[in-house]
Amino acid sequence: MLRYVLRRVAYVVPIALGVSIVCFALVHLVPGEIVDAIVPADAPPEVVEQMTKDYGFDQPLPVQYGLWLWRAVQGDLGESLVSGRPVAAEISKAFGNTFVLALAAALLGFSLGLLMGGIAGYLQGSLWDRLVTGLAVTGVSLPHYWLGIVLVIIFSAQLNWLPAVGAGPAGSDQWQLDWAHLRHMILPAVTLAAIPLGIIARTVRAVVAEILNQEYVETLRAKGLGEGRILVHVIKNAAPTVLAVMGLQFGYLLGGSILVETVFSWPGTGFLMNTAILQRDLPLLQGTILVLALFFVSLNFAVDILQTLLDPRIRRG
Amino acid sequence: MTFGQRSRAWIGALAMVVGASLPSAATGETVLRIGMTAADIPLTTGQADQGSEGLRFMGYTVYESLIQWDLSSAENASILIPALAESWEVDPEDNQRWIFKIREGAKFHDGSEFTAEDAIWNFEKILNPDSPQYDPKQAAQGRGRVPTIESYAALDPYTLEIRTTIPEAFLPYQIAWIVNSSPRRWEELGGDWDAFASNPSGTGPWMLDVFVPRERAELVRNPDYWDESRVPQTDRVVLLPLPEANSRVAALRSGQVDWIEAPPPDAVPSLEAAGFQIVTNVYPHNWQWHFSRVDGSPWNDVNVRKAANLALDRDSLYVLLGGLMQQAEGMVPTSSPWFGEPEFDVRYDPEEAKRLLAESGYGPDNPVQVNALISASGSGQMQPVPMNEFIQQSLGEVGIEVELIVVEWNTLLSIWRAGAKDAASQGGHSVNVSYFSQDPFTALVRHLDSTLVNPNGTNWGWYQDDSMDAMFTKARQTFDADEQNAVVAEIHERFVDEALFLFVAHDANPRALAPKVKNFVQAQNWYQDLTPVVIEE
Repeated sequence: MLRYVLRRVAYVVPIALGVSIVCFALVHLVPGEIVDAIVPADAPPEVVEQMTKDYGFDQPLPVQYGLWLWRAVQGDLGESLVSGRPVAAEISKAFGNTFVLALAAALLGFSLGLLMGGIAGYLQGSLWDRLVTGLAVTGVSLPHYWLGIVLVIIFSAQLNWLPAVGAGPAGSDQWQLDWAHLRHMILPAVTLAAIPLGIIARTVRAVVAEILNQEYVETLRAKGLGEGRILVHVIKNAAPTVLAVMGLQFGYLLGGSILVETVFSWPGTGFLMNTAILQRDLPLLQGTILVLALFFVSLNFAVDILQTLLDPRIRRG
Repeated sequence: MTFGQRSRAWIGALAMVVGASLPSAATGETVLRIGMTAADIPLTTGQADQGSEGLRFMGYTVYESLIQWDLSSAENASILIPALAESWEVDPEDNQRWIFKIREGAKFHDGSEFTAEDAIWNFEKILNPDSPQYDPKQAAQGRGRVPTIESYAALDPYTLEIRTTIPEAFLPYQIAWIVNSSPRRWEELGGDWDAFASNPSGTGPWMLDVFVPRERAELVRNPDYWDESRVPQTDRVVLLPLPEANSRVAALRSGQVDWIEAPPPDAVPSLEAAGFQIVTNVYPHNWQWHFSRVDGSPWNDVNVRKAANLALDRDSLYVLLGGLMQQAEGMVPTSSPWFGEPEFDVRYDPEEAKRLLAESGYGPDNPVQVNALISASGSGQMQPVPMNEFIQQSLGEVGIEVELIVVEWNTLLSIWRAGAKDAASQGGHSVNVSYFSQDPFTALVRHLDSTLVNPNGTNWGWYQDDSMDAMFTKARQTFDADEQNAVVAEIHERFVDEALFLFVAHDANPRALAPKVKNFVQAQNWYQDLTPVVIEE
């Protein structure tokens, strides 16, 4: 097991390095000067030159990359070009907001998905099964930003029941678990939950249906086991697949959704990245992409390890 | 606890929760909440970023310049009026030397008085990289606005001398860009601009009270503001960055904000139907095609330029945009003191357009072929794709075939700065970048001054004409404001008579306000005054 873990860690290092090169290089491919983000469109060339010098963008790219990477491994992602605030602090604050939202969406999507998928799988071919399958396909297929806009139109613009934007009445700085803040979270959480709900319901339904059709379940029934005990076997066998899907879905949620967070002006990582793109704030964009990419790399790693623990057959080689 | 006591406890708790979620109306404070188009709170240290919107909400609210725009009239074009300087004049003996009389008694929010030394400290903040207070972020915004300042000196606490590198009659317009931060507050905070950002001090009618980066800024009334007629009528202004247009509309309709900038045109009818106020006014914004004048450009022929201007059915474009534009008849709106009395009437006359083209040898078998570099979106660009497709169709009808080259907005800006001769412009004949045209330099000079070709400026089309340069020089050396306006109007007449651009539209600058927002006067300006606004609950 330890060898397997070490081997997986060894894979992670070159991937992380590759990610860092790609996200550093990508943002340098955009047209125009980097300081365009902060100088007015009609700034004279000497101003652009002075700013390029002030911010150190006049150095050769490999030198800039080396300096950036050296600082990044020490946890310093530089400062936002536009706001001047440390990128790491910006990301950590935004991540906190995304985490709260992801948790709410996961609780909602996972619990409903598990429940609906489980029942549909157990009652294959029934009306309930068809209903759940229909809902799951809808949940997966609906563009979630569209769903968000529709929810806003109904519940914010028309009914005036829930707020349309923001994380709380006074911003996210004083976030607390009270109704004033929770009501800001309802619409984005429901919107974000739609996709994981659909995916998990569909996965659980498929896995449960498949397991129930297997011969050992027949055998268990033949041996006279009660449905409750059979369900325990089903759950145990379905867990690795469902867990893997849930892990990835939670990862996607934690990564923040650019579209949903933008629709709701939710100050999370997706919104931050959108802002960085709109403002061409390259240090912020590089930092955000790097952190999110590394986060996904680690998440995949964690899910791999977890799956292996649950199902030793996966331990390859 | 009885059932009744339990219910009362619950109701009490609920009331506290609901109370916490309500705006501070319960405290008797009047609050104006604004949804901005910016993606972030503009720089709070003084020289605001985020374009004109940044200066509108964070620049000229908390801070002031020596000279400011008069924003009190919706009917008349804005003019420059005294602010921290009570008066200014050029030395009659030496037209590169200006004297500014500083207003006595104007105080920063920290209580210290503004003097000529403070004006100098603020020039150094953006112009002198060796000064301790030099701030690259503010320099990026302000430095390019005052290109002809050579030196400055305080002759006494209330007299400031500024010397320019050339005779520069446009200096007052340049000075209006530069706002003043408090040296005392900066020193108190250990000379740290990041600390200053959360705890700033200017001399403006508003003071920053709450600053949550990327989420909100709250301004409160400055009760000690020097101009009693402009002490804010609302207690608090909340600024929220809402870059997504539909989110702004939703926030307004759900009552989370009272005012949104730039509602999307297709939302305007439903907002009006729901009782919201849609406020518009013409302002110095110019949506046009800038022509390339390099060899081989079809726009070198005045007949083709005039034909394009006559081919465009601006009234139909007005309908297409739901009325959120003014038909352009020149570079500046007709209400501008610089419009003058051009002879060429910019109108819809396709027959005359065809005649002009025929005169130059073009016809149905030999159409003019031009292309235009455009963007799919961008600040001030209104709705570039449908508008340009409309132009393409209109021009096509008289025999000018247009190929549209769509590029990303920042790429278009890079192309614009690179000039028509640069490979980046891909041999483009026209570029569609909307222009700020609030002063003679930005409205006219920068586009056609022969010295301002790449890399010196934004004469994209490489227009070169000695007599035009002479007119620009004359305007820059005419120090009397009325006489200067007359010279600038003469220049503008030439812009129109020679059809030097394809004049299309001026934006209507729409904003949507809740019914309870009263007394707002939308000036013909990129900046607006929030001080007279009243909230009637």
